[in-house]
Amino acid sequence: MTNHVADLANSDVILIIGNNTAENHPTAFRWVIKAMERGAKLIVVDPRFTRTAAVAHLYVPIRSGTDIAFFGGLINYILQHKLYQEEYVREYTNAPFLINPAFGFADGLFSGYDPVKRTYDKSSWAYQLDGEGLPRRDPTMTDPNSVFQLLKKHYSRYTLEVVSAVTGAPKGALEEAYRIYAQTGKPDRAGAIIYAMGQTQHTIGTQNVRALAIVQLLLGNIGIAGGQVAAMRGLHNVQGSTDLAALYNNLPGYLAAPTNKDQSLTDYLKRVTPGAKDPKSLNWWKNYPKYIVSLLKAWFGEAATRENDFGFNWLPKITAGRDYSHIPLFEAMLRGDIKGFIVIGQNPAVGGPNSNLERKALEKLEWLVVVDLWETETATFWKRPGVNPEAIKTEVFLLPAASWLEREGSVTNTGRWVQWRHKAIEPVGDSKPDLWITNQLIRRVRELYRKEGGVFPTPILNLNWNYGEGLPAAQEVAKEINGRALADIRDAEGKVIVEKGMQVPGFAALQEDGSTLCGNWLYSGYFTEKGNMAARRDNSDPTGLHLYSNWAWNWPVNRRILYNRASVRPDGTPWDPKRAPIRWDPEKKAWVGDVPDGPQPPGAIYPFIMLPEGVARIFCTPLADGPFPEHYEPWESPVPNLLSKQQINPLSKIWESELNRRGDTAKYPIVGTTYRLTEHMQAGGMSRNLPWLVELQPEPFVEISEELAAEKGIKNGDRVIVETSRGAAEMVAVVTKRLKPFHVNGRVVHQVGIVWHWGYEGISRGDSGNLLTPHVGDANTTMPEFKAFLCDIRKVV
Amino acid sequence: MARKAMLVDTSICMGCKGCQAACKEWNDLPAVLTRNTGSYQNPPDLSAKTWMTVKFIEYEADNRLQWLFFPMHCMHCTEAPCVFVCPTGAMHQVEGSFVVVNTDWCIGCRYCVQACPYDVARFDSDLGWVRKCTFCIDRVENGLPPACVKTCPVGAIQFGDRDLLIARARARVEELKRLGHPNANLYGETQLGGLNVLYILLQPPAVYDLPEQPKLPSRSIALNWLSGAIAAVVLPTFPLWWIIKRRMDAEAETSSSKGGKPV
Repeated sequence: MTNHVADLANSDVILIIGNNTAENHPTAFRWVIKAMERGAKLIVVDPRFTRTAAVAHLYVPIRSGTDIAFFGGLINYILQHKLYQEEYVREYTNAPFLINPAFGFADGLFSGYDPVKRTYDKSSWAYQLDGEGLPRRDPTMTDPNSVFQLLKKHYSRYTLEVVSAVTGAPKGALEEAYRIYAQTGKPDRAGAIIYAMGQTQHTIGTQNVRALAIVQLLLGNIGIAGGQVAAMRGLHNVQGSTDLAALYNNLPGYLAAPTNKDQSLTDYLKRVTPGAKDPKSLNWWKNYPKYIVSLLKAWFGEAATRENDFGFNWLPKITAGRDYSHIPLFEAMLRGDIKGFIVIGQNPAVGGPNSNLERKALEKLEWLVVVDLWETETATFWKRPGVNPEAIKTEVFLLPAASWLEREGSVTNTGRWVQWRHKAIEPVGDSKPDLWITNQLIRRVRELYRKEGGVFPTPILNLNWNYGEGLPAAQEVAKEINGRALADIRDAEGKVIVEKGMQVPGFAALQEDGSTLCGNWLYSGYFTEKGNMAARRDNSDPTGLHLYSNWAWNWPVNRRILYNRASVRPDGTPWDPKRAPIRWDPEKKAWVGDVPDGPQPPGAIYPFIMLPEGVARIFCTPLADGPFPEHYEPWESPVPNLLSKQQINPLSKIWESELNRRGDTAKYPIVGTTYRLTEHMQAGGMSRNLPWLVELQPEPFVEISEELAAEKGIKNGDRVIVETSRGAAEMVAVVTKRLKPFHVNGRVVHQVGIVWHWGYEGISRGDSGNLLTPHVGDANTTMPEFKAFLCDIRKVV
Repeated sequence: MARKAMLVDTSICMGCKGCQAACKEWNDLPAVLTRNTGSYQNPPDLSAKTWMTVKFIEYEADNRLQWLFFPMHCMHCTEAPCVFVCPTGAMHQVEGSFVVVNTDWCIGCRYCVQACPYDVARFDSDLGWVRKCTFCIDRVENGLPPACVKTCPVGAIQFGDRDLLIARARARVEELKRLGHPNANLYGETQLGGLNVLYILLQPPAVYDLPEQPKLPSRSIALNWLSGAIAAVVLPTFPLWWIIKRRMDAEAETSSSKGGKPV
């Protein structure tokens, strides 16, 4: 989130799309209720009338996979009715920038598309540069090559009629939603857009999120109290896990993973460190060298020296351009390319797309280690219903893990707050905390390398790994993540700001000469000489803006509202004096309120400090599939694309095979989507083993409209089979008024929704929703398209 | 001391069932076996082992769909029918608010199960007595809110002084009417002497299957027992006379070896 959960209470309008907040984030939802108690309006956009829609002011039904059509219509509405916050757009976004005149869009494709390579040559997407190498701007935003005019032209195609025809949403409801939300374009009005998997789990997922980000920028809703792009992450510590590089293309702190093209630290830094010529651009990523070197010192300690590039070449490198994410990982596994697999607190046999394919893939492993509290479907894939265990050669180890109540450490929530958790009870039986398990693995593997040599033992032997023999102290790990000085650190005047051996107060003290170590620059400041900042529990709120700045600690540097310099005009006066997260005090010559995005006085720097331009990108070049979001249909869709001749995202990632076939409309005419319930948790390990939760939702089900039920002769409570080209699942039919058929361009399109928590283990067993979903992914992230596919449904006779 | 009550604002309830789970956990009640019969509502009904359940109601009227959530448990009526009919006084009222069962005195006659207009009290055949929501009296008497109140993430269930809650509820009902809920109403202010669990509803009570004005059973315990006692004496009189007469007649006839037992 660009702000945080409690900040939702400051919003005047909250738009929830591709997320069912009340359902899956009930505790966070209290802040939405608080906003509503102040008079805020809640709009829910969803194919299905959910538990969140039940308390909303306005519900807009849209067919799964048509979010860009919805947002395109909103962008068009905002521009046509001039409801954008003009000064914000001009000063703080790249709307006035001029683009290469060769840029164009036709027939669903942007300029530069190579149909053979299925990629874009982006040279026509570049900014025009002036003599000093800075982007040329038109402050009037009337130049036809300005981003603003290109935006207007692109979304002029998303009229109310077209959007209604594509989404199936009634025009009246669309217009009402647009009217209410666009009001937040006023400087003293704040709007938040809450989203989650309903946006990201599509072959156009990244562009879905880009579309809502553009809306927020047009309305001046970023960097202000109550205005944010609110991603609701689905677990209590998934933010923490990605912050610490759970994704293959990252190192901790979202540093880029090195590739085979980076033969030295210099090569790497040249590739990843952005340059910025504009003196008003803070360009924070220019500090890359300090962060990567400090990370290397944390990992390799004294073995990392300037002479050996701080051990840079001991880091594993990915092949440049290759995709190592979940889907290709399982495709590789299916081919027999992966020998061993360690699965920690995850259950891909239920949670991964195309369960039949992924379970088959597991059979090819030589060995599998599952670290979990429960014997999950992944741990028992080898004896699942329908397979002969004799035929499967995988050696499976199940390591019992201690739960979060039985160990201590920090968790980072979706609002970037790092909160310390204390241990409540001793682990049950032989179960062990993850820290103990990891420590044992590394110690024993290192010992084997010492004794037996092996291929390239250097990185393992040089690891700075000294946590003792038993359970590492979580505080020691936390301190290393925060960072400390390995020599006296001096400022520009030569004064010592951090003594040797002391914790660094924040990432501003990190050095590129090897005199600091830091496990994650983003977390620097969380465990300092002042102590464990994440354990703070002061809930005072002096600004009244729900900042709670002394409760726990958030990254970066406890700044609660990101880009908060955009909450004031270039002269420093707040857009909304009643709700200013930061305010310039001319006497103190400092900002008061939230931690500002840089102490520089008003107007000295641009607010979007993480981008080299310093201003936010309405036109965004680095993405694979286009600088503007464009509606394409899902890989499996019942209708042709009304917006252009290009049916699907030309850059969607597809693995078509016998086990992953694309269904056609004739056989599978119904749109299917998947989702979760309040009563269960993800792949079900945590919840389908607890009687009190199983009692609340005992069986997997599919929700279908009364109209579809009548067509198929299905009664409420009947058992039905839902089937796609990939598999079939038996479910209970919940016949409901909360799903209605969509009228898409004059055709009736039915949609059903399937819950995916179930599998063949646990107290409550049932078919997995993911038996139905495909191995296709987003053009940028390869996020699987769980949310829109084709299926059919029939009664079990 | 001011009378305590609970207020449930169903307009912000999101049907998360946190209250259900908290109730089971606090009261050490076992999970019951359930099936999905085509609804999110589970367990489908209250029982001796389930003292709280959220009703899920899909209501469509005037072109508008609503999914109404109603966290159901004992209403803790001021003039509670279950207390009225209980022959032993096991079902009793504490501090004018909380209706609780003294399980030492409950004889399992189930008069209360019959009498409750909300079908709340249920007989536990394992234990032999009636069980239902206790208003978490064990918590309340120790300065803690009921488990459902504590757990509710959005504060839909509130606990406190009855008069204050009613004032708050009335204001909220007016606000809901302004927000486009013309049928919003407060349920529980006057029913059965006043319910100590009040509800802000979005639709009339009938939509939630609630009786508009439930009544107490027409006769009191004492009268019941008296009439029972009288009936116990009077009613067998005729059949007893007839039996005895038949027997005397039969004996008068007896010289035969038939000798059947009197009927």
